[in-house]
Amino acid sequence: MSKLVVIGDGMVGRRFLEAVTQRDPSWEVTVLCEEPRPAYDRVRLSAFFDGVSAEELSLASDLPNVEVKLGEPAVSIARTSKVVYTDSGEYPYDKLVFATGSYAFVPPMEGADLEGVFVYRTIDDLEAIKAHSEGKRHGVVIGGGLLGLEAANALKLLGLETQIVEFAPWLMARQLDEAGGGILKQHIEKLGIGVDCATGGTKISAASGRLRMETNREGVAYDTDLIIFAAGVRPRDQLARECGIEVGERGGIITDLSCVTSDPDVYAIGEVAAMEGMCYGLVAPGYSMAEVVADRLAGGEATFPGADMSTKLKLLGVDVAQFGAMEGPLSTTYLDPAHGTYAKLILSDDAQTLLGGMLVGDAEPYPLLRASVGGKVPGKLADLLGGGEIEGALPDGAQVCSCNAVTKGDIMGAIHEQGCKDVGELKACTKAGTSCGSCVPMLKQLLKEGGVEVSNAVCEHFTQSRAELFDIVKVTGITTFSELIARYGTGIGCDLCKPTVASILASLSNGHILEGEQASLQDTNDHFLANMQRNGTYSVVPRIPGGEITPDKLIVIGEVAKEFDLYTKITGGQRIDMFGARVEDLPKIWRKLVDAGFESGHAYGKALRTVKSCVGTDWCRYGVQDSVKMAIDLELRYRGLRSPHKLKSAVSGCARECAEARGKDFGIIATEHGWNLYVGGNGGFTPRHADLLLSDVDSETLVRTIDRFLMFYISTADRLQRTSKWVEGLEGGIDYLREVIVDDKLGICGELDALMEKHVENYADEWKGVIDDPEKLQRFVSFVNAPEAPDPKIEFEEVRGQKFPAGSTERSHSTPVALGTPVRK
Amino acid sequence: MQAICEFDRIIPGRGVAALLEDGTQVAVFRLADDSLYAVSNLDPFMDANVMSRGLVGDRGGEPIVTSPLLKQAFSLKTGVCLDDETVALEVFAVEVHDGEVRVGVNSEVKASA
Repeated sequence: MSKLVVIGDGMVGRRFLEAVTQRDPSWEVTVLCEEPRPAYDRVRLSAFFDGVSAEELSLASDLPNVEVKLGEPAVSIARTSKVVYTDSGEYPYDKLVFATGSYAFVPPMEGADLEGVFVYRTIDDLEAIKAHSEGKRHGVVIGGGLLGLEAANALKLLGLETQIVEFAPWLMARQLDEAGGGILKQHIEKLGIGVDCATGGTKISAASGRLRMETNREGVAYDTDLIIFAAGVRPRDQLARECGIEVGERGGIITDLSCVTSDPDVYAIGEVAAMEGMCYGLVAPGYSMAEVVADRLAGGEATFPGADMSTKLKLLGVDVAQFGAMEGPLSTTYLDPAHGTYAKLILSDDAQTLLGGMLVGDAEPYPLLRASVGGKVPGKLADLLGGGEIEGALPDGAQVCSCNAVTKGDIMGAIHEQGCKDVGELKACTKAGTSCGSCVPMLKQLLKEGGVEVSNAVCEHFTQSRAELFDIVKVTGITTFSELIARYGTGIGCDLCKPTVASILASLSNGHILEGEQASLQDTNDHFLANMQRNGTYSVVPRIPGGEITPDKLIVIGEVAKEFDLYTKITGGQRIDMFGARVEDLPKIWRKLVDAGFESGHAYGKALRTVKSCVGTDWCRYGVQDSVKMAIDLELRYRGLRSPHKLKSAVSGCARECAEARGKDFGIIATEHGWNLYVGGNGGFTPRHADLLLSDVDSETLVRTIDRFLMFYISTADRLQRTSKWVEGLEGGIDYLREVIVDDKLGICGELDALMEKHVENYADEWKGVIDDPEKLQRFVSFVNAPEAPDPKIEFEEVRGQKFPAGSTERSHSTPVALGTPVRK
Repeated sequence: MQAICEFDRIIPGRGVAALLEDGTQVAVFRLADDSLYAVSNLDPFMDANVMSRGLVGDRGGEPIVTSPLLKQAFSLKTGVCLDDETVALEVFAVEVHDGEVRVGVNSEVKASA
């Protein structure tokens, strides 16, 4: 086996490992990693202060034939004998890859080594910053570029008053011109962060427990608690220098376009490489280099395709984008100080070709513009600059997704030849939009251009979407289906619109779901408050909040199941399901259950199902919060809440996550300081881990935020759209969701709170409402003219000591039935 | 024709199951406009007596009932399954007499539909 040694386990190194093991698994690979942890997502580093853990940032995965030596940096290389040495070992190689990345640049300044002065590069750096910031008030960031703004964001998240000091005359001078930098400054100052440009630190000194930084400006000095240097990075080429590999004048290991260094058996990729003398500080060109070397090692002849240095970022909530050239023969700009937007396009001298540009404050046209660089200007300048409607006229060769190199031609092919009908299918088919996601709006536009009509109409009777019907019902106060369809629909309805409207009426607290006309709208499960099974019998699930149940109640369930001869099974939601109940027996079964203190479990409804829990601090030696009590409180608060689809939840008492909360629509995980809230998780056909919405909050904040999350979902989701798809479909995703329900960006939180308050106040047990009402009770009969006569067709057989629908076990062996497919007799 | 229940016993927009003297099970529906339809209660796809518990509505103006199990739609006028025309429910005659709903086997119903 040939030996491959990789020095460095960063983002590019990790991409390389994935590529090389996939293409040629015969390499025996050793990775020497200086940091104590394997590769992590450095691009999202500041999320660490937003509650995202080091584990969540990890990019590590088990790869075949790859051994990663953590905390074991390479210290020297003997190129003639082809061995890499560390302090504790030696690693012979046939091929060697440098992926050492960069280090944070600290300008020579007196006092830069004082306690309280940091750089912003690794998780260790961040942990040190976090530890030092405890109980502190003020921080200074030196550097107003990408990294500096990230660091400023981090300090803000730590609750520090933050000051940015930038040597250049404006912010992000590498990506923006003066006007763009000015608009960005305006946004950032609005957030309460100080910005001083054209200012350089000259000396740091310690005084009475704090730091003082003097500057090159007369009389300007900062008294602060901590200072972060974020003034750029330099390639880590020291090891290469020492072993005689050629490096560039301004640093970086010199390579050709195939990433080969001056030693033909040694490659360099990522930020440490000076490809034909040029270092790239972005991750995308680094990924391209990783692919090139993986291909070469597998016998291919790939070369570096050139770097797209375009960037689009949300920095401190402000959209900033730059693409193509910074300067050119012609340029046109648009500045709107009132709304804080700036746009500049660089054009060829005949103004026909787009060469580049920048956007601040509103980066919506970015995907279209970036994809058009080098081609025809894709629309009227006024529309492109001022945020008007732009009809796409991209050439087929234009790259839509630069992360995965997908062109417009690929997308249109997927739409027309492979029949992709929505963004999800395009993602699966072409990989476009699966990395940074910035091209997703573009994908939507291309679907439209490809003639794919995306209709959200509920059914043939209503052209409106579920969300629109929800708004109509809420605003008009209509309380009946007949009035709604007469005024806003056609025909008499169907099995799609009736339950949808029933659910909307129920979400808006319109009394018992079987009261008056509402009874005629409910799907059979809701109509009989039980789940119909394949032979027409029902299953019965009483609510067991948080999965906590007394022995007495367990006995009642056992007695009921025995009396009515029901099959029993423990569900995945920590409760007990009883199957095989005849429709005429349901009221008798529930009379006993209600008398024993049980309530409906809403297993039949598009509603809250269960809130699972682990045992938390009550019993568990690891628990840090009372997860059972929280689960019970949440389940009781949201029981009966009707929604576009079923809702599941769980509460875990510590980070071990025994309740599997991240697979739920809303999941809560206890921390030492409070609770982390995750939303949009799912199991089922398309499993999805929930996204972190809030971290370390107290119980009150937690509940208030869940209230708003649920009501916002109920108000705006499509029919049968689970929260996972809903969160994914929100433009701006989880950040937008946080802006709406935490920061109240849309000013609707008061209304969402009131809707939930109304739900909580009006909750009443649905089964109690039936067994106390003779009119409703008379619907629970086998035959209207023979109420107690059992349906003779319902037969059971005994298997494993319990009863099953007759023929069901046979059926499962002889004729497999795809779920949801009609079976012809 | 056999009387099965009072007209007011059936909620507008829903159905009831009735047991005829010969053991036949019939699903009787009352639409929102008070019109009545009767079809076999047996879901031919799943072989279970559940049709009376399906939702009624219309498809392109044709009154329908949807199976509560796998959601196939059947015409209430002809009994034919709109999702698979090789399958149909038997259609029964239904009328209101002195405030009572009466149901019977009626081969003319199909012809008049």
